[in-house]
Amino acid sequence: FSKSRILYNQSFVKFLHTDTGNVIKTKIDFKSQQFINNEVHMKNLVSTLRHRTDEILKGGGDKAIQRHTSKGKLLVRDRINLLLDKSTAFLELSALAAYDMYGGGINAAGVITGIGKIHGRECMVIANDATVKGGTYYPMTVKKHLRAQEIAQENKLPCIYLVDSGGANLPHQADVFPDKLHFGREFYNQANMSAAGIAQIAVVLGSCTAGGAYVPAMADESIIVKHQGTIFLGGPPLVKMATGEEISEEELGGAELHCSSSGVTDHFALNDEHALYITRQIVKNLNRRHVENFDTEFEPPLYSGEDLYGIIDPDLQKPFEIREVIARIFDGSRLDEFKKKYGDTLVCGFAKLYGKKVGIVGNNGVLFSESAMKGAHFVQLCTQRNIPIIFLQNITGFMVGKDAEMGGIAKHGAKLVTAVACAKVPKFTLIIGGSYGAGNYGMCGRSYSPRFLYMWPNARISVMGGRQAAGVLSQVISKGKQWTQKQIDDFEAPIIEQFEREGSPYFASARMWDDGVIDPKDTRKVLGLSLAAALNAEPEKTEYGVFRM
Amino acid sequence: HVVKRWKSTIRRIDKLLIANRGEIACRVLRTARRLGVKTVAVYSEADQHALHVSQADEAYNIGPPPASQSYLRGDKLLEVAHKAGCQAIHPGYGFLSENVEFAENCEKNNIIFIGPPASAIQDMGIKSKSKEIMSKAGVPIIEGYHGEDQSKAKLKQEAQKIGYPIMIKAVRGGGGKGMRIANTESEFEEALESAKSEAQKAFGDSVVLLEKFVAEPRHVEVQVFADLHGNAVHLFERDCSVQRRHQKIIEEAPAPGLSEELRSELGAAAVRAAKAVGYVGAGTVEFILDKKSHSFHFMEMNTRLQVEHPITEMITGTDLVEWQIKAARGEKLPLNQDQISLRGHSFEARIYAEDPSGGFLPGAGVLSYLRSPPVRDDIRIETGVREGDEVSVHYDPMIAKLVVWGENRAEALLKMQTLLTEYNVTGLQTNVNFLLDLARHPEFISGNVHTNFIKENNDSLFKTKTASETQLIQAALGVILQDEVTDIRNAVNRKDQFNPFIVESGFRINHQFNRDIKLEFKNEEKLVRVKFVDQNVFHVSLNGGKSWKIVNGQLSREDETVTLRCTIDGIKNRVNIFSDDNVIAIFDNSGKVELELEKASFLTEEVDDSVSGGNKAFAPMPGVLDKILVNVGDSVKKGDSLFVLIAMKMEYVVKATRDATVENIFFKAGDNVQKDVTILQFKEENMS
Repeated sequence: FSKSRILYNQSFVKFLHTDTGNVIKTKIDFKSQQFINNEVHMKNLVSTLRHRTDEILKGGGDKAIQRHTSKGKLLVRDRINLLLDKSTAFLELSALAAYDMYGGGINAAGVITGIGKIHGRECMVIANDATVKGGTYYPMTVKKHLRAQEIAQENKLPCIYLVDSGGANLPHQADVFPDKLHFGREFYNQANMSAAGIAQIAVVLGSCTAGGAYVPAMADESIIVKHQGTIFLGGPPLVKMATGEEISEEELGGAELHCSSSGVTDHFALNDEHALYITRQIVKNLNRRHVENFDTEFEPPLYSGEDLYGIIDPDLQKPFEIREVIARIFDGSRLDEFKKKYGDTLVCGFAKLYGKKVGIVGNNGVLFSESAMKGAHFVQLCTQRNIPIIFLQNITGFMVGKDAEMGGIAKHGAKLVTAVACAKVPKFTLIIGGSYGAGNYGMCGRSYSPRFLYMWPNARISVMGGRQAAGVLSQVISKGKQWTQKQIDDFEAPIIEQFEREGSPYFASARMWDDGVIDPKDTRKVLGLSLAAALNAEPEKTEYGVFRM
Repeated sequence: HVVKRWKSTIRRIDKLLIANRGEIACRVLRTARRLGVKTVAVYSEADQHALHVSQADEAYNIGPPPASQSYLRGDKLLEVAHKAGCQAIHPGYGFLSENVEFAENCEKNNIIFIGPPASAIQDMGIKSKSKEIMSKAGVPIIEGYHGEDQSKAKLKQEAQKIGYPIMIKAVRGGGGKGMRIANTESEFEEALESAKSEAQKAFGDSVVLLEKFVAEPRHVEVQVFADLHGNAVHLFERDCSVQRRHQKIIEEAPAPGLSEELRSELGAAAVRAAKAVGYVGAGTVEFILDKKSHSFHFMEMNTRLQVEHPITEMITGTDLVEWQIKAARGEKLPLNQDQISLRGHSFEARIYAEDPSGGFLPGAGVLSYLRSPPVRDDIRIETGVREGDEVSVHYDPMIAKLVVWGENRAEALLKMQTLLTEYNVTGLQTNVNFLLDLARHPEFISGNVHTNFIKENNDSLFKTKTASETQLIQAALGVILQDEVTDIRNAVNRKDQFNPFIVESGFRINHQFNRDIKLEFKNEEKLVRVKFVDQNVFHVSLNGGKSWKIVNGQLSREDETVTLRCTIDGIKNRVNIFSDDNVIAIFDNSGKVELELEKASFLTEEVDDSVSGGNKAFAPMPGVLDKILVNVGDSVKKGDSLFVLIAMKMEYVVKATRDATVENIFFKAGDNVQKDVTILQFKEENMS
């Protein structure tokens, strides 16, 4: 009797606690012309992205590759694959850095950065590609190197430097050497990360000249490859200039010298493969534990990530339902919404990503005062509960106009900006559509230090849309003049073109306003990997500034 | 006269010493245990952790690894028998099983020797004597010379009389040792020398006999059994024709293609033979059966339980070890001739650590991986080793006997073919693939067996094997999935198995991770390029990316056996795999394909020195250096003998591959050496 009662009670409880209440039910009509058109458009964008990535993967081109490998050196990506655990994912960052800059061809800005597992531990890899202009540092190379260090520092990731670089790119020395965030910052970061207990490991696989010599010298542990790696402050030509001494590279700064005489390096490797093996062993011995593990089983989303191709309208002025996007990224397509009926142009709620709870803030239209206040409230909830926040940006901006201003949109928007700026939980931003004006700020744009920021290939980022900007400018300039439509068009066309060009995700990514442009269908993976990287750091307590009431 | 009210000749055996090792020790142990008899094992230092030791009730160390200092030491065995309180010793086969002196010493020490009387061993152990006895008993024998005059001239003259081809055999020989064939008179002297020296080495006696050599003979032997009460029966015949190096590898019972008349003729002749020597216990009467004429001749009698006895047990439903113990106790045979019936067909395949394509050279090493099919009523696996055990250079390299039974020959053969694919070994080379090819050979399937079978079908049995495309893809996928399993297992240990870096294995941003798997098959490098397309979806290319196959797969582990299920361009298949740091083995319907994995370059870099192979002489197999025939500074001519290696009781002479001067010798006689080590080095050749 008692047994049946328990069973009865259990099923009763189950009945009350329904398990599917928070599952997003898709309303997408997969057969609609709109869906099909969207899909064709997005697939084109993705294919361009993949095509451009393929070009970037070629590094410095066949000749340089031939020259590089003929010395018995491995290519940079092969080095990374050997360094990482064999089946790990690799979260490569900013592959598009320096894209179409410096006259082209400085693929990936000559340095590959990214996060992968080594002996089960997420590590930041910063690896020079010596096939790209000898691995020399262009301004974007420096920026990429520093960004990777920033990510490592914020997320407490051990840094592995695979060094094979000729140092600063001399023609660009003014833009790489002197400023606060230039070359010197790399070593400043190494010192401070080491101080913070973030391991700094350098592997000298090629030259480390001048400033570059400090990468291994500043590292906690360093490895050098025999007859291949060299470290010196001044190379043989400079030595000859300075002192008249004639000496070979190997004698001046080879592996034998640095491992047995100078003590600049700690480990002597026979070749690349050996060096990378030793590096793995070093990481194995770091003796650091995870702050948080992924130890709970999760449900994959109910709907395929590829649906996103058809959901996103190429015309960014046409809004799309953000819940349809959420349903294709998060566990079980579930979302526990907060204040669903209030400020409904901003969707806030809790979901899970690979079993980890996250807060989601996603645009579903222009930001009104209510949506801004709701967002600020939700961000506070997340920081209170130590829940990472994911921002899904598709925002034209805060509402303008008399009603809005009278309603205090500026101070309400400021609340959201304050909350986002001060929130110390890991923040992740994904730009899935437009990212315009102060909307970019309220939704955790680059300036708000999200741990990672990615864009979809359809995204646009600028202070406002090209058309609006051209309209504003032509109104200001033509004030009091009687312009014909042709005059207006002629004036606006180059502005629209400029905004179009500069608003492109490739323009943005080349300048590292983001950490990469990603294929929409990979969103879940990329966010998941970013979250896994971020959970290496201890949670921090958030304190807010004054909220203007 | 007085009527005895009570009479018993039964002797007590409640504790048995098993004076052997390996599978036969385990086999004897099993029956003894079933009969309630306590068992005592013996072991050499090399066998401390052997299976037979762990299975016995008690076990005693009897000395160093060489058999001559352990398993052949009758005195030590008797000492153990006394110490342990054993009433009997079972000698198994090999070692002391046919040693007259040991059998006699057992009797003297009041220990029952489970075998025939010493006199029978003695009589049957000397070939000339045995033939004489058989001849008198009306058992047909083969023409030959068994005389005492061992002079070269006399032997040559007798050979002429019998006619070529002629077989020269050591009188005390067995197992193919001390046996040579001279096809013509010109070959006679060399063959004689060689037979004599081998016999001297193996048996301490160089006396030989001559026999007419039958060109396409079949080796058919009859199992006999006799008790102390004068009863003798036969348990039908076995065909052991398929041999390599004069040693059997596949046996069957009954012999195929025999008429019932011939079968009973053979049986009757064998029983006559047993009775003629006053036989007791298990014995085997070997006959040469002419494949064409079906005439048969007595060859020899083996006075022990044979390796291949299980197939007889399978077709007669008996346990011959039980019979042996009963006969030794003085009991009557459990069945009389009329009660013994033949049912079905049975095969035995002997799985050896050896290299069939390298002249069946025996091997040794650790059985790093061993999986065998499950045992049932109709399947027996007789083995003395487990996974992780070592096949030692000191003893016979047999790993196991696979015994199957079927209603008829075809059924039994089919079972064996399948079961051989399920007998999976890595760590050392085995003959499993060869046995499989043999068992599937059309001539073998049709029962067309004779002792030259392997030689005659050489070309079709030793086809050069290549790794198929499917196998290469399976191997590459196996490597990748195994790596993934390793990473996942480590993640589970860290409680981090749902980490996206683990879950999204091989994921790359906006491109696909390419991994080149380098495999080596028989020194030929194979490059398999694998592209990680999606979770568990791979594109695989065997031609450097010119064309791709869509592949997915998964590994599953059941009872420590790893199975790879994969789909290649829509075709699903399933194989067992094994992999470690060095190799990946695929076990499929063709047997085993073992591919070497790429080794980290830095592991091999410093080992390889600049001296070329032509300047060195290597040990062709693991073994003991018997003799070094040259000294440092000696000039040798191409073909000169350099050193003699003894392994598995066989002798290998390594010869100079060129004219050279010996510069260095790294070992001395008596040293134990591993395969491929450099024994000696020549001076660098002068460039001129």
